[in-house]
Amino acid sequence: MSNPILTITNLTKRFGGVSAVSKIDLEVMPKETLAIIGPNGAGKTTFYNMVSGRMQPTEGKIMLDGKDITGLPPHKISRLGVSRSFQLNNIFPEMTVQENVEVVLSAYHGHSRKLFNIASRNTGIQTEAVEYLKRLGIDELKGQRAEVISYGDKRLLEIAMVLAIRPKLVLLDEPTAGMTPDETRRTTRLIKALAESGDYTFLITEHDMDVVFDLADRILVMHRGENLFAGTPEEVKNHPEVRTAYLGEEEDEPVEEANT
Amino acid sequence: MSGIGSALLNSLDIGLLLFIIAVGLNIVFGVLNIINFAHGALYMLGAYLAFTLINMVGMPFWAALLLAPIGVAILAVIIDRVLLRFIYSRDVADSLLLTFAILLIINESVRMIWGSGIQVVQPPQLLSGSVQLLGSSVATYSLFVIVIGLILLAGLWYLFNRTRVGRIMRAAALDRDMAEALCINTRMVVTGVFAFGAWLAGVGGVMAAPMRALDPGMGDKIIIESFIVVVIGGLGSFPGALLGAMVLGLIHGFGGRYLPEVNLLLPFVGMALVLLFKPHGIMGKGATT
Amino acid sequence: MKSKILMAILALVIAGLIAVPWIASYFYVFIFTEILILGLFAASFNLIFGYTGMLSFGHAAFFGVGSYATALVLIHLQWPFLACLLVSMGASALLALVIGFLSVRLNEVYFAMLTLAFGMMVFAIAYQWRSVTNGSDGLAGFSLGSFGLGLDLTLGNPSVYYHVVLGIVAIASIVLYVICRSSFGMILKAIRQNPERVSFAGLNVRTYRLVAFVIAGTFAGLAGGLIAPFLRVASPELLHWSMSAEPVLMAILGGTGYFLGPFVGSAVFVLLETWITSFTESWMLVLGIILALMVIFFRKGLLGTLIDWWMEVKK
Repeated sequence: MSNPILTITNLTKRFGGVSAVSKIDLEVMPKETLAIIGPNGAGKTTFYNMVSGRMQPTEGKIMLDGKDITGLPPHKISRLGVSRSFQLNNIFPEMTVQENVEVVLSAYHGHSRKLFNIASRNTGIQTEAVEYLKRLGIDELKGQRAEVISYGDKRLLEIAMVLAIRPKLVLLDEPTAGMTPDETRRTTRLIKALAESGDYTFLITEHDMDVVFDLADRILVMHRGENLFAGTPEEVKNHPEVRTAYLGEEEDEPVEEANT
Repeated sequence: MSGIGSALLNSLDIGLLLFIIAVGLNIVFGVLNIINFAHGALYMLGAYLAFTLINMVGMPFWAALLLAPIGVAILAVIIDRVLLRFIYSRDVADSLLLTFAILLIINESVRMIWGSGIQVVQPPQLLSGSVQLLGSSVATYSLFVIVIGLILLAGLWYLFNRTRVGRIMRAAALDRDMAEALCINTRMVVTGVFAFGAWLAGVGGVMAAPMRALDPGMGDKIIIESFIVVVIGGLGSFPGALLGAMVLGLIHGFGGRYLPEVNLLLPFVGMALVLLFKPHGIMGKGATT
Repeated sequence: MKSKILMAILALVIAGLIAVPWIASYFYVFIFTEILILGLFAASFNLIFGYTGMLSFGHAAFFGVGSYATALVLIHLQWPFLACLLVSMGASALLALVIGFLSVRLNEVYFAMLTLAFGMMVFAIAYQWRSVTNGSDGLAGFSLGSFGLGLDLTLGNPSVYYHVVLGIVAIASIVLYVICRSSFGMILKAIRQNPERVSFAGLNVRTYRLVAFVIAGTFAGLAGGLIAPFLRVASPELLHWSMSAEPVLMAILGGTGYFLGPFVGSAVFVLLETWITSFTESWMLVLGIILALMVIFFRKGLLGTLIDWWMEVKK
């Protein structure tokens, strides 16, 4: 049994008197895919924000590969191997799709410190960027401005950028939100293939239960900032409290239509 | 002892005057999320309008104190409706650029209308003398500024803590998302807040007129001072504006007296020190990149 | 095809610039000297504004310090001109490091206020530190000696000085251009569009902003070093915020999205200033109105608007 890649103990975030995340303990093993589910406001994004360094935890500890990363700034945590996507697309809108990935790659390789090269002649990085785009199946869009491609493609582009810093741990925040059913199927297939390649460890938050049950090795159910239940997809499906607290609520909610 | 006493009083009247102006800057920033670079120019306009009303029209000082700030507020409504409305939905940089353009326009207009020379406004008869206080003679007008400053301070405190409108404004200044959630960014509120900020600048201008000589550079000086005040106190924080204004008042009150060689530099040194240790100001929070 | 036309136009402009002293009167030699120097000043500003997305209202601090540095070295040490320029760049870089360190940490509203305030601080120093800066009169009465590098140039001759300025501005622009097109420049553009994504790619955005700020300050210092012998004085006006407004306006006027935008802006600005000040004193008023109109209606600047229009025509 190998050591966990991420160990979280007693992680808590309070805003004023309100706890957004409260006393979460979690271990993530290398190469597994762990889904975090819970209704809106359950604290999933706040949880991500703390792990990725966007917010300081009020209490608790985050260890990555045995190293304490609690409260480090985002760029340091990213350097140590945690990479994340956002619920709202977070790309460089005025650059081409390929350049979006090139920026991340030149950051990763340290080319970003070069003042006197010509970026557009950096063929090594360009080839690599196209490879990442191919992996996500969007390489034919490489010359387009990122702001004009479809919503779903933007999400895939962001995943390509997330993967380009060769992370040990990938946090995806609702990767299929707002996608058409077709795009959702495509994205799920892609993430599944990436997970099965054995190169990545994924943390995924997701509203679409089909996607969750399709991808996850384990599921953490959050409710009002707390750990409600953690277990295999089977256990989660059959857990009575989870069914009422979350899965039941899911059925009441109208199925989100694609909004692109 | 008497030196310190009068330096303290001097600090207090400078500080309260700065507070009135800086708090206007803060309110506009808080609700509209723009720094009004023309705020100092509006202050100057208040002073020059008072000069015209008193010296040209022959009105009493009290009437000018009432009318000139209203004039400034009306101009602010026009600026808001004609120019600023184009850029509220745009990037922050555009609002900075546009208010900077307005600053250039007002500065040069003042130079055209009133000339580049120095103008003087006399304090009203009643306030032109001096009184014995703390063992030294103090200009009555200085005391008047302190009294008006304290009245406005109390009024603003009441507005921000005891009225619904004020509480919303204060909350919005600290948390923009909440401001949007409460839907307070309606046109009326935006224009109203901008005009109110300008009104405060105008009041500051009229009050300053008998204390300082009027020249077309006076707005530039005060906007820099206001920036220093809000940076020291914390952008968007009202107690911060008071604190920052008092700190700067003390720097001026004592610096001018005891360190005349470097007195122009002291406010900046104070600001740099605060930035070094408390980047968001003594009472500010949030808003990093 | 498109790039060929562009290169042809550029070559024509450069040939024209070289030929100015032979085809035009001294009046225009002076005007073009000013255009080039202010163009470099504006281009250095645009590295932080147009590329990195930081709006500074205190860029004149570096321009002014550069001009004071050259004036001081000429008065007290009589070094060759090239050495003066290096001192100007060094002094401005150092100042930019200090001001930048305190200013780039916060968001763009703070950044705009702080750069303005610190810019005025430098103005206050120049005004008050009479023994070194000669107060409000500024430093005058210096004259240029040799150029350096063993070149025998009569710098006192406006035509010669114009050619020197043209050469230095050209070299500086090429360096700036390469920086803009480099991997580093690409990161700066990325920071303008989305700083958060850049920091989640593992880069310290603050450091990159600071480096850009120092580079911009250094080149502004170089422009300042060139302006002092041209104006024959280094005065506090060069440090005042109305001087900081000039590169802002030039960049906006020409187009912040293009490397040559600030140079186009500088040309239009100087020609307009010369024309307008010939019949009114209120140049700043016109400046304010133009700035307001550009910001509201032509945010892409003259170059951007022209290119958009050209694209429309071609369709």
